[in-house]
Amino acid sequence: MSTIFDGLSLGAIYALIALGYTMVYGIAKMLNFAHGDIIMVGAYAILTTLAAGGHIGLALVVAVVTCVIFGIVIEKVAYKPLRGASPLAVLITAIGVSYFLQSIAQIIFGAKAQTVTVATFGTVSIGTAEISISSIITLIVGAVIMAGLTLFVKNTRTGRAMLAVSEDRGAAQLMGINVNRIIMITFAIGSALAACASIFYLMQIPSTEPTLGSMPGIKAFTAAVIGGIGSIPGAMIGGVLLGVIEKICLSIPVLAPYTTAVEFAMLILILLVRPIGLLGKKRREKV
Amino acid sequence: MSDIVLKTENLGISFGGLKAVDNVNIEIKRKQLYGLVGPNGAGKTTVFNLLTGVYQPTTGCFYLNGEKLTGKTQEQINHKGIARTFQNIRLFNNMSVIRNVMVGLHNQPEFKCNPFVSLFRLPRHFKTEKAMREKAKEILRIFDLEDERNNLACNLPYGKQRKLEIARALATNPKLLLLDEPAAGMNPYETEDLMKIIRHIRDEFDLTILLIEHDMKFVSGLCDEITVLNFGTVLAQGKTEEALNNPEVIKAYIGE
Repeated sequence: MSTIFDGLSLGAIYALIALGYTMVYGIAKMLNFAHGDIIMVGAYAILTTLAAGGHIGLALVVAVVTCVIFGIVIEKVAYKPLRGASPLAVLITAIGVSYFLQSIAQIIFGAKAQTVTVATFGTVSIGTAEISISSIITLIVGAVIMAGLTLFVKNTRTGRAMLAVSEDRGAAQLMGINVNRIIMITFAIGSALAACASIFYLMQIPSTEPTLGSMPGIKAFTAAVIGGIGSIPGAMIGGVLLGVIEKICLSIPVLAPYTTAVEFAMLILILLVRPIGLLGKKRREKV
Repeated sequence: MSDIVLKTENLGISFGGLKAVDNVNIEIKRKQLYGLVGPNGAGKTTVFNLLTGVYQPTTGCFYLNGEKLTGKTQEQINHKGIARTFQNIRLFNNMSVIRNVMVGLHNQPEFKCNPFVSLFRLPRHFKTEKAMREKAKEILRIFDLEDERNNLACNLPYGKQRKLEIARALATNPKLLLLDEPAAGMNPYETEDLMKIIRHIRDEFDLTILLIEHDMKFVSGLCDEITVLNFGTVLAQGKTEEALNNPEVIKAYIGE
């Protein structure tokens, strides 16, 4: 019971990050491998604010603002000049940005892991299970954010423009949509979600280091691919699925050391059966 | 104010050494229904791509209501008042019919809404959303598509998809509407209906329409003037009947 709960909340964190990958892929048609490092940026923003005596609420706001600024600046400086370039060039650039962010963090904050005590919540017992309150908060807030995003994309002017650009950039442009602006908004939203993910992540593992973003970044990317990259509900389902499986594996002593292997094996299995991911859209090839 | 809505001057584009469109001069008057015809590969769609900024011309330029639009981006040209449909339908297939039209309404000043207003779902967000929905329904009604509004665009029959494309383009509030083979794949009944709709929107929205079409009955039924292209150059121009009966044009279409 508590395993499932922890899994769901870890899944919510993965899902929040996976949304950033999937939205940027869907709309800008690129894999932003620096996205994981935005979580690290958020974590250090929280660390700095708390160290300066700031409240946890303030820390969250600072993290969101910092991450959004980073997201927008990275897009403007690193990716925008490469629009229309080969996808491989953009991919390499994204990996470069990722190392750049990690190095900058290492210069400023040092390579050693630092403890960040976000808040200490206890546990509540429901029946026989002990469930940590931070898991419950993560799960609820994560669900609210994702529901909000779904509504935003479906029922707002900007959201519809995002969907239109992801379906047919050329046609969207000819309908008068400023594609650069939409891509910028997408990066901003993705980064804001990553900032939220970073605070939840710190609630579970209260420590940060320059490479903090790598593993959750890769896991979330896996989640996005499992769900079908480009699909928003797919990223949510993929994230939750991965989180639950991770926690279940960790709770079984025999499997625990192989948790990561199990997760990636699942990715391979799903892609073998459904190469487009669970909710991915088939690309119709015109002959 | 001059009555000329669209004017092209020596418009041309080369791909490598191939002159796909060469030296095209067209003048279209306000509220005119103007035809662009020619055999396959004559460069008709390329002219549309030039007029909407998909390609930048290598020679010449074009003006909308006297304003030079050459060199502007696709979205800028759309803001200035040129909208189009596509020969191979390019709807947003996984969006509902009404949302397709609402994407077209994206830039109408009365529906502008800051993303933050939408994010926090302030009252203004619901007001603009509702107004947008009403406006989209109104446009769909013209095309007899209102009852289909919640279906996915890709599930519409072909003829209705063509009409939806026109509706979406119309939603961007153009002065000049470019229709790329609007009647292709339609049955005679649908074609008849489409002709009525085109005349109706021309009057209702004070539109000027330039259309590409292979169905000569359709062209002569709607357009009073046409330009005939062949191998990228103007073969004949003028009153529809005269241009179509031009011996050069007949030769281009059916050979010697």
